[in-house]
Amino acid sequence: MKWLLIAIIVAATSVGEVLQAIGMRRHGEIRDFRPGALGRAASTLARNGVVIGSVVAMAVSFFAYLGLLSFTDLSFAVPVTAVTYVVETALAKYVLKERVNWLRWAGAAVVLCGVALVSL
Amino acid sequence: MTSENARLRSKTWACATIVVLTQVFGNFFLKRGMPAELPSPLSYLTVLFRPWVALGVTLLVVWLLSRMTLLSWADLSYVLPATSLGYVLVAFVGRWLLDERITRQRWAGILLIVAGVALVGGGSAPQTFRGNSGGPS
Repeated sequence: MKWLLIAIIVAATSVGEVLQAIGMRRHGEIRDFRPGALGRAASTLARNGVVIGSVVAMAVSFFAYLGLLSFTDLSFAVPVTAVTYVVETALAKYVLKERVNWLRWAGAAVVLCGVALVSL
Repeated sequence: MTSENARLRSKTWACATIVVLTQVFGNFFLKRGMPAELPSPLSYLTVLFRPWVALGVTLLVVWLLSRMTLLSWADLSYVLPATSLGYVLVAFVGRWLLDERITRQRWAGILLIVAGVALVGGGSAPQTFRGNSGGPS
């Protein structure tokens, strides 16, 4: 049960975050932080299909996370979900076509080792 | 161009700070209000009305929105490790506020996470692409 929930969280979070990045990039940089402008940005985003998809994926991940958190330590549940790092760095390179230099790869790898130690 | 970079950098830092703090305390309040088990699908919904859980969810909504804002200009592969500092703070919160037992192995893992964050945040620019909205830059 524990590992099933973790698998759901990792898959849904990775998909959700990549969709979120695609949606926000399509929207462009948010530069105006006045309430009216933020509201307009929010209403534009609420009609953006990719952003809606990301929110649905995040919701799935959130409820699986609630289930996990009910019977594990906070200091286990939070780090273990960072398995998404490797999946997402790979997706950033191959789906989002970001330039992921060796320093970022190394950083993600080191973070992952740390996460493994924290959760094992 | 230099002042543009400085503007982007300070904006990135401010937004990343909000992302990290809301993640840490959102998770803390969530765990604080969470019962030991969620026996039925319905309990997944009713638990949301517990005050601590509701506060946690509210903070996590702010987390989601501030993270989306950050992602509107910064690379995902930058945002992920830069905000991973939250994992370390969560461990401290678990240890000091929730009385969780954290082994030496877990603390070692936390140090590795900090090292990974330093590797990525130290050298690289936060952005590969300019926003494609065509705004003045």
